[in-house]
Amino acid sequence: MREITYRQALNEALAEELARDPNVFLMGEEVAEYQGAYKVSQGLLEKFGPKRIIDTPISENGFAGLGIGAAMTGLRPIVEFMTFSFSLVAFDQVVNNAPNMLMMSGGQFNIPITFRGPNGPAHQLAATHSHATECLYANFPGLKICTPATPRDAKGLLKTAVRDDNPVLVLEAELLYSSKGMVEPPDEDLLIPLGEAEVKREGSDVSIICYAQTVPLALSVAAQLEEEDISAEIVDLRSIKPLDEQAIFNSVSKTHRVVIVEQDRPFCGVGAEVCYRIQKNIFDELDAPIIRVSQEDVPMPYNEKLEKFVLPNADKLLSAVKKVCYA
Amino acid sequence: MQRPEQRDEVEMLALMLLIRRFEERASQQYQAQKIGGFCHLYIGQEAVVVGAVAAARDDDYIITAYRDHGHALARGTSANACMAELFGKSTGCTLGLGGSMHFFDKQRHMYGGHAIVGAHVPLAAGLAFASKYREEDRVTLCFFGDGSINQGAFHEALNLIALYKLPVVLICENNLFAMGTSVKRSTSLKQIVDRAEGYDIPGDIVDGMNFREVRDKIAEVVTSMRKEPHPAFLEVRTYRYRGHSMSDPASYRTKDELEKYRLDDPILRLRAQLTREGKLTNEQFDELDKKAKQTVLESVKFAEESPELPVEDVYKYAFFYGGKS
Repeated sequence: MREITYRQALNEALAEELARDPNVFLMGEEVAEYQGAYKVSQGLLEKFGPKRIIDTPISENGFAGLGIGAAMTGLRPIVEFMTFSFSLVAFDQVVNNAPNMLMMSGGQFNIPITFRGPNGPAHQLAATHSHATECLYANFPGLKICTPATPRDAKGLLKTAVRDDNPVLVLEAELLYSSKGMVEPPDEDLLIPLGEAEVKREGSDVSIICYAQTVPLALSVAAQLEEEDISAEIVDLRSIKPLDEQAIFNSVSKTHRVVIVEQDRPFCGVGAEVCYRIQKNIFDELDAPIIRVSQEDVPMPYNEKLEKFVLPNADKLLSAVKKVCYA
Repeated sequence: MQRPEQRDEVEMLALMLLIRRFEERASQQYQAQKIGGFCHLYIGQEAVVVGAVAAARDDDYIITAYRDHGHALARGTSANACMAELFGKSTGCTLGLGGSMHFFDKQRHMYGGHAIVGAHVPLAAGLAFASKYREEDRVTLCFFGDGSINQGAFHEALNLIALYKLPVVLICENNLFAMGTSVKRSTSLKQIVDRAEGYDIPGDIVDGMNFREVRDKIAEVVTSMRKEPHPAFLEVRTYRYRGHSMSDPASYRTKDELEKYRLDDPILRLRAQLTREGKLTNEQFDELDKKAKQTVLESVKFAEESPELPVEDVYKYAFFYGGKS
């Protein structure tokens, strides 16, 4: 194991998959000559050439569709959105063409495509550039969605996504590109299955269910809670779809108290689904009502203080945990 | 692989007749409520797809919008599989899962059947991109209506196709109406082909009621793009005799206009050409027509007698290789 950044981990995943399979290519805005808007594709043009690392014009709807068409023939495109906020311009391609093709064609055409890029609120990017899109895409059958929070998960999930025979969205955490973590060496083929959550920290008093940018938040809050003798278990979903119900139920059956902290909005957010499944399946395990911590239900303001107020933050999470623990 | 020059014109006429008779029967079965959803008929436009298919190789990709019955039939999908699809049966060309607007036949390189207007033009770019990526000389025939040309997806795709020099024949089946809105009321251009100029794609206008003109023009551009990949745009002027869909009485146009086009019918035109040249007798034509009617009639019987998929099968087609969700 060695320590690398989340950005490097993604870069390694891309390079390894491009080297492994000639059907894989990377396409998107500024991925080639500019070396990536967030430098995730740094050095790939030099290594793999312009046939496989392809700059596009600013035409998300066009190049997302081009990728899907290429995938119909068995190629394995990796389409980068500069941010998933811009994927909304390609919404029709991502939700209508990619996941519906298998059903519409009576099983003749599967779409082995990976859509990837940063997702979720970053820092003062205001309303149009701060979308957390996981809850939107989760509503469409036929899409798989993962949300890595650590360099290791980023690498292992992206590699798995590229090899999957279905459309997979790898929603990267914009604020975590420079974060560091331990990852297996490049000669080990690190694959993390889609649909497997991971307990990032063991605990006994409360389960904090989180994903993506809320994982480091939950871990830091858990450290604070420890000082107050509250032992929090941190369950990182890692994949939104398929959702690892069992990992959630296992943790809740141990702690009997749940806070869900999500980076998206409250109405029909990911936490709403998790909450429903817990009460439906293991209602008797609960010792307190579940609380969700999410964004406020407003478009994102630019002002830093107001943005902080809208986002899930440590204060909100701390107070939610204390409430479910009756502390 | 059959070369385009070998395709027999009498066989192509038979194919046009099959499409015509299939659509007439589909219309009748729709009215008898055997067919659900939306149903868009291709009657009047037969020379466009048959001309195109006659000019292409069997392994060239074809992709179209929702008025797609003719495209599948022209590519050789059986009338049985097409009619069964309209009936929603498991013997249909997409097992009864796609319906009228989503005909697919992978084996015959028919890549759909796409019902969001203009949204398949980027897919066509992807098919052609794949040919170029694999260094194959296949081309992609992308059909779309005059209604597509004002969609964002269409414009983005045309720019990408031109920018990456992709071998796509962009075939605009201009039947003068996007649903009930005439081209004059929808499009700021004097002629649709001028759209191509904005993307530096060579364009031409073709008489879509003339099988030979469609075939020869497409053969010419396809030959050129096999040598060196590049796109081409053809505005093929045609006419649909029926409404936009089965629920449209087409009251936005006059009887005189319809009659004018009926006199220029693409099937009668090819028939006349072949008869004049001594390649077809009236008896032979009648025989072809009888055979087409018979094939279609049998397809209705086949569709009626075919089973439906069991309901639990829906879970098989959300993810490839199953998968939990």
